[in-house]
Amino acid sequence: MLLELDPDQEVLREATARYLTDRVPTETIRRLRNDASGFEADYWRAGAELGWTSLLVSEENGGGSISGAGLVDLTVAAHEFGLRAAPGPLVPTNVVAAALSAVGGAAHEAVLAGLLEGTAIASWCYGEPAPNDRLGTVELTCRVEGDEIVLDGVKRPVESAGVAQFLLVTGRSEAGLTQVLVPTDTPGLTVEPLRTVDLTRRFATVRFDGVRVPASALVGELGGAAEQVERQLQLALVILCAESVGSMQAAFDMTVQWAFERYSFGRPLASYQELKHRFADMKSWLEAAHAISDTAASAVDAESPDAPELVSAAKAFIGEYGTELLQDCVQIHGGIGVTFEHDLHLFLRRVVLDRALYGTPAEHRQRIAGVVEHLKERA
Amino acid sequence: MSTGDIEDVETFRQRARDWIRGNLAPLPAGSGIGVMRAGESDEAELAAVARQREIQRMFYDAGFAGIAFPREYGGQGLTADHQKAFSEEISGYEYPADIQAPTFSPCAAVLLDFGTEEQKRQHIPAILKGEELWMQFLSEPSAGSDVAAALTSAVRDGDDWILNGSKIWTTGAWWSDWGLVLARTNWDVPKHRGLTVFILPIHQPGIEVHRIEMLNGNKEFCQEFLTDVRVPDTDRIGEVDDGWTVGTRWMFHERMLHNSPLVTIPADGARGTIRATHLVEIARDAGRLEDPLARDLIGEGRMLDLVTHALQGRLSRGLRSGRMPDQSAAIGRLFTGVTAARTTTLSFNLAGGASAAWTDDDGATAECGNDFLLRQVSCIGGGTTEMARNVVSERVLGMPREPAKDRGVAFRDVPRGASNRG
Repeated sequence: MLLELDPDQEVLREATARYLTDRVPTETIRRLRNDASGFEADYWRAGAELGWTSLLVSEENGGGSISGAGLVDLTVAAHEFGLRAAPGPLVPTNVVAAALSAVGGAAHEAVLAGLLEGTAIASWCYGEPAPNDRLGTVELTCRVEGDEIVLDGVKRPVESAGVAQFLLVTGRSEAGLTQVLVPTDTPGLTVEPLRTVDLTRRFATVRFDGVRVPASALVGELGGAAEQVERQLQLALVILCAESVGSMQAAFDMTVQWAFERYSFGRPLASYQELKHRFADMKSWLEAAHAISDTAASAVDAESPDAPELVSAAKAFIGEYGTELLQDCVQIHGGIGVTFEHDLHLFLRRVVLDRALYGTPAEHRQRIAGVVEHLKERA
Repeated sequence: MSTGDIEDVETFRQRARDWIRGNLAPLPAGSGIGVMRAGESDEAELAAVARQREIQRMFYDAGFAGIAFPREYGGQGLTADHQKAFSEEISGYEYPADIQAPTFSPCAAVLLDFGTEEQKRQHIPAILKGEELWMQFLSEPSAGSDVAAALTSAVRDGDDWILNGSKIWTTGAWWSDWGLVLARTNWDVPKHRGLTVFILPIHQPGIEVHRIEMLNGNKEFCQEFLTDVRVPDTDRIGEVDDGWTVGTRWMFHERMLHNSPLVTIPADGARGTIRATHLVEIARDAGRLEDPLARDLIGEGRMLDLVTHALQGRLSRGLRSGRMPDQSAAIGRLFTGVTAARTTTLSFNLAGGASAAWTDDDGATAECGNDFLLRQVSCIGGGTTEMARNVVSERVLGMPREPAKDRGVAFRDVPRGASNRG
């Protein structure tokens, strides 16, 4: 998280922190593992009132940033989510809201209003099952038939598809990448729940078998969505990274405290040089993760030319080093660290989940290589 | 210049850009790459140093020397942001790479912090004109990480001090002018309380400079032997026996080198590093650029570059604002050391068979094998990463200090092994 928040960002941070501490303490999170949606509707509505869904939406559309950099503001909230392994469709709802605000036009105003109020949930159908599961592969088809668009294909994993009323579907038409907003009760659309590592985030496979939507369901131009899809991917990555860094921070703090309190052979764990050195390494990864997460957030917010590279660097680094940090925290806790009773796994789950979503570290390294090979040494 | 006291950064940047393009030569691709690669010859090295002194003098005459140094000592009195802009603009052009560290920082930085008015007026302008190149006489053969266990002694003799001992790991002492010396002035108190800092000209009777040959033939490091070297008390820095106060700050400057407003480090990295853009060259020359395995390594290298840069920025802001304790500089030292070593491994892997045996015609893959042999240099030089880990765990995270047999003991009674009896 940013080292210095402006006073209004601090208001959002504090309100989010207080609300999450109150509504979703760890015992609630444990209980929600048996809940079909993973969160309660009124929890999300009240969260939306705090601004969780409005920061990427333009003022004309009823949203607005706090600092002028809405995505950076949103990372402040996402970090608090990570610190508490909090439930709720923070990534997909914000990505869809941002898309509708940017290119949705008048046709989707009502849906956007629902997302802003927290009365509606939307998710983004982007990734596909193997063998189409490489980052950026889109094989779902959008066929134009008269004034309708027909969707055929499969998307997974789709977050919160089971509770969402609307899905932003990224597909391919003859003209190129295309996006449509589809109500989840449209005939031909089926949602099959998946099992997942997280206790409260829900994922599903969504099948589109000849799903017909009117042309007005288009979000942006038919065949002209490539740039917008890349934008959505970058937004999702920034929010995920900020959340993961929050979970890394929580696990690290918890493990430092443990190292001071736990004695063996008459000394605290914190007095063993072997462990001190591992804490030093973890501290360096943690600060580096904060740094690259914040750097990427600013770059994506400003749509600067280095945003694609920075956001992939953030995802690759935080994915790799975040999970290493969490596993080392587990190791230093010993047996208690792999029990359901201890809180550590709540953060382990979140960091592991975030690592696997929207491109693995290896896929993002490939993306970075694609950028760096075209960089010229500045002459 | 703008109408205010301080030129705004963008105006300054434009002025710097114009001047750099008009006066300095662009660097050939791949220059400064690798880990401590051996130079062509001593003559070539001396010529390179002479050119750096010349460029530094050109900076001085053009108003670009000591951008964030105070005006009263010949600097420009501008801000860290001006220095950053200059560093960005000079990227890709020749610059006085060997003068930055240790001359500007930590040496000149320590002079600014602790020097007397007279010392500062004598040396800072000379440094900014490229007339004085400085070295740190800090490490000793008997004390690597345990710098405060220095055995080099300084004994008072009237208005002078007489120095005896040996210093090591000075880069280019054979072509440098002045040394900043940590010496022991009191053996009857614990080690940190009996040290004093001095300055001295390197080339004088009583100082023998030996060059150390590194495993790849590089000879930039030196060792000095001091025999009855006379230093006037006016060349003492800080108080007698209070050298550790100076030394702590000295090492802080060393760790903060990459964030220091006193040095020019081009935006694309310091000399002697392997950057991901160079990894692309290695992969291309090895015929592996399209290999997904190679691209994974390139992606990792670039990721580490970007993360390192972001981390340095965060630490720099945190230290400046006081939100992070000074000792947090060790976080950056640890991370950059480890990531530089990893990047050297990446280059070695990308070079393929040419990393074992090569010709000069192999392009960027040549010498990657020697770089790998010297990989650990980034984790040793400037304080080992193990020391940085101690500092982070003990001084940043507050974990218990390592037990030590020298605490509260007069230095002369501290146990010493066969290799460090001095």
